[in-house]
Amino acid sequence: MSGRPTGERSGPDGRQPRGHDPHPRSHDLRTVGLDLAYDDRVVVHDLDLAIPPGLITAVVGPNGCGKSTLLRGLARLLRPHAGQVLLDGHPVHRLPSRQVAELIGILPQSPVAPDGITVADLVGRGRYPHQGWFRRWTSTDDQVVGDALAATGTADLAARRVDELSGGQRQRVWLAMALAQDPDVLLLDEPTTFLDVTHQIEVLDLLTDLNRQRGTTVVMVLHDLNLAARYADHLVVLADGRLVAAGDPADVLTAELVASAFGLTARVVGDPVTGTPMVVPVGRHHRTPSLVARDLG
Amino acid sequence: MSAALLSPGASGPDVSPGSARSSGSSSAHAASGAPAAARRAGRRRTRRVLGALVLLLLVAVGASLTWGGLTGEVLGHLGALLGLPGGEESFVVGTLRLPRVAMSVLAGVAFGLSGTLFQTVLRNPLASPDVLGISGGASLAAAWAILVLGVSGAAVSAAAFGGALTVAAAIYLLSWRGGVSGYRFVLVGVSLAFAVSSGLGYLLTRAAVDEVRAVLVWTVGSIGTPRWSAVGLLAGALVVLAPAVAVAAHRLRALELGDDLAGGLGVRPDLARLGVLAVGVALAAVATSQVGPIAFVAFVSGPIARRLLPGTGPALPASALVGAVVVVLAELVAQHGLGSLEVPVGIVTGLVGAPYLLWLLATLNRKGHGA
Repeated sequence: MSGRPTGERSGPDGRQPRGHDPHPRSHDLRTVGLDLAYDDRVVVHDLDLAIPPGLITAVVGPNGCGKSTLLRGLARLLRPHAGQVLLDGHPVHRLPSRQVAELIGILPQSPVAPDGITVADLVGRGRYPHQGWFRRWTSTDDQVVGDALAATGTADLAARRVDELSGGQRQRVWLAMALAQDPDVLLLDEPTTFLDVTHQIEVLDLLTDLNRQRGTTVVMVLHDLNLAARYADHLVVLADGRLVAAGDPADVLTAELVASAFGLTARVVGDPVTGTPMVVPVGRHHRTPSLVARDLG
Repeated sequence: MSAALLSPGASGPDVSPGSARSSGSSSAHAASGAPAAARRAGRRRTRRVLGALVLLLLVAVGASLTWGGLTGEVLGHLGALLGLPGGEESFVVGTLRLPRVAMSVLAGVAFGLSGTLFQTVLRNPLASPDVLGISGGASLAAAWAILVLGVSGAAVSAAAFGGALTVAAAIYLLSWRGGVSGYRFVLVGVSLAFAVSSGLGYLLTRAAVDEVRAVLVWTVGSIGTPRWSAVGLLAGALVVLAPAVAVAAHRLRALELGDDLAGGLGVRPDLARLGVLAVGVALAAVATSQVGPIAFVAFVSGPIARRLLPGTGPALPASALVGAVVVVLAELVAQHGLGSLEVPVGIVTGLVGAPYLLWLLATLNRKGHGA
């Protein structure tokens, strides 16, 4: 295996990282001919994908297309069926798990907190990779946890029990835990699920802060195409376990792509706030003759 | 075994106590002050609860040694042990009561730790070695050694140890489906507990009456009058296992969050789970091989400790102390609480444990989940 990526379209799109210099935190995370499978059922097929360092990447695709599976593969929770995940050129499954955990963090979809755990304790567990069983809690850990709580606006919840919190608060606490782990690459599986629109925006703004201020590379699976287009520098579209397109959302997200990847008739217009592509679904009951005519026209 | 040795984060380096940050009122320090203050408050509570448990244990031990007006003899014997003038060795204290109390404390610590490790790693309050047939495996093997092989003494203990390990390995292998889930582990364990119990019943029905009495202590758990060598064996095993318990406690901090998060934090979930279970099995097996399967101690210690220290994770030191207190008190009741009749300690713990199990089932149903 050459260890070099193939497929130019999956590379970084050439846009400069916004608001910060190229950072020592940058790491090269890519997949080469990656197959991921549960037992023998292959879910992700022959994927060549490069995660642009220091940017925000959103992974979108229809349900069951292998988005979450890809994220688990990148985080070395799933061993490749074939091919490789490379972190700075090294197969991630051959690196010591502790070392990977210091560089890559993952927040799964709807994680479950241990019964009765307090916010401070839960966020503190993010320090796990930085501690040995002999090396206990230090003032550095307190500082990092404090910063994580402050960054997510959860400092005044520190002594509360996680199971007493609202959905939005809880998601911010999980993000604080991921921040306390202080990874250079943060993988998030649908960080906005079950949140109302206000809290969705809040979480995505928070991730943007994290990316701009710390230079953390963010990879997130999102359902909402418009939010993905708005917040991501790099959009990865999967369908049926295969890469359909990757690149700048403005280039990638077209009506043709939505039709081919999602099987949805839609129009793509400019987002009135950001100018990024905005997908407006058509739906069976709204195909008025005029619209259809315009689509065909 | 000292509580501090096992304590996950209760001791060790801390920000200097009483530092300016502790007030938390200064806005500049509020960010790092809040979690530090929460952590310190939790630590203070942990220390208070552990202190209270140690005190309770000392009172229980004192009561067990001096019961029936033997304070003078106990003091005299302790004096003799320390080489003080006026000390006088006492047969009742030195040969009967001290080893019995020491064995009670050690067995309680082992069962308490073992049950809590099981319940935490399998995320199920029913998952303790006594409920899952691991202690039952020890009983069956001991009965088989006595009745079929006709051996006694250390050979029976060795058989009991092997029986516990065998059943534990069988549960693990039978519940393996590309990984071990707590629910499947518990189901397999409970069904093996029934199988083991039938095996024991079969052995007992074909045994002679005088042999049955020897087997009986292995079916309910009894401390009796242990030899100092047996007490030393269990103490030595606990000392050897202490570092493993500390590692297990650390792994549990990640495993408690679920497999994906634990994996993201650098832990291999299946390997770590196997390790924690192995430590729990070793603790249960070595204790059972000395005192038999004392019912429900492993089962109740963890939940009681968690109740005393809510939201602090597995609370292993507290569980160990709760286990010790439960066994010492139960042994006191077994020896002196029922008039002139002395019963095996396992009968007393069973009487206490059964209502607790019913209460647990009732509250679990209300909560709608098994953790």
